Amino acid sequence: MARRGAPPEVNAGSMADIAFLLLIFFLVTTTIETDAGLDRKLPPIEPPENPPIIKQKNIFTVVVNKNNDLLVEEEVMDLKNLREAAVKFLDNGGGTGEKGESCDYCQGPKNPESSDHPSKAIISLQNDRLTEYGTYIAVQNELVAAYNQLRNREAQRLYGRDFTEMNDTYLDPKTSDAIKDDLKPKLERIQKMYPQKLSEAEPKNN
Amino acid sequence: MAKFTKKKKGDLPAVSTASLPDIVFMLLFFFMTVTTMKDSSLMIKNELPYADQVQKLDKKDRVIYIYAGKPSPRYQDKFGTAAKIQLNDKFADVSEVANYVLAERASKREELQNVLTTALKVDNETNMGLVSDIKQELRKVNALKINYTTRGGTAFQNLK
Repeated sequence: MARRGAPPEVNAGSMADIAFLLLIFFLVTTTIETDAGLDRKLPPIEPPENPPIIKQKNIFTVVVNKNNDLLVEEEVMDLKNLREAAVKFLDNGGGTGEKGESCDYCQGPKNPESSDHPSKAIISLQNDRLTEYGTYIAVQNELVAAYNQLRNREAQRLYGRDFTEMNDTYLDPKTSDAIKDDLKPKLERIQKMYPQKLSEAEPKNN
Repeated sequence: MAKFTKKKKGDLPAVSTASLPDIVFMLLFFFMTVTTMKDSSLMIKNELPYADQVQKLDKKDRVIYIYAGKPSPRYQDKFGTAAKIQLNDKFADVSEVANYVLAERASKREELQNVLTTALKVDNETNMGLVSDIKQELRKVNALKINYTTRGGTAFQNLK
């Protein structure tokens, strides 16, 4: 006859093994990812009333054709040289801005044939319907890089910090409000010096 | 002094492992809470392009995702190899994008409805025609803030 009395204790020694098994499962399936990408703003669908007249020399035309070739200001260009060309165009400062002021922070060649002032300079990007998305993003990236390069230069000169780094801090949700309030006017000042005027024409139908 | 004879040397007591399950459970609960299961399974090839001038896209509750790319091999005999748009769990036509964005926007909290970003997760081999069509649809519903989601890397990696 079986021994009566207190029931035998359940051995809990294997609990750790079971927990480990679960732990490893969740460790493997976890992806703590934050997406990152190029932020852009689309133009509103209604065209603005009285579109301003823009001089041809203030437009930097970039065309990507269906074979993913790059045509900058009607000349074939390699993607490697695009950033430099865009910087040169934006930083030219050959004329005067909206209120007739000349660009005193520009370090460009002040060529009268190129853009007047960073606030007037517009980069126009046009692509074909058959352009590959990867190429398009590469071109976008280089153009944004040109703006960032100039903004970083001015931010370093004025505040001793990079614009991109300041912007990241500003957008970080963990940053305190006091720091944000401090950064906001600085960021706006630099954005005003080199406003990002990147226009995307609707693609050509081939 | 027989009372104070030393205990036998060299016989270390075994380390108690009774608290080990507790520690492991703690870790387990941590990972269980931070894990986010992917909400939509991709039916398309989705190799994002590379870029280095990127901005982070935190706060997932403020983002609407639109995927596009070629259907994956197991869907190709049914849907062909032309690039398609995927919204949530199914393939969609360009004309459905606007309604999808409006429906997603309506489902968000009211204070977030004006700060939504549309993340375009597009495969790098897609033609710009499709992307332009999506952008045109987004403009129609006034969803102007977009983000071309990319992978970290230099732009030159996009060109083969």
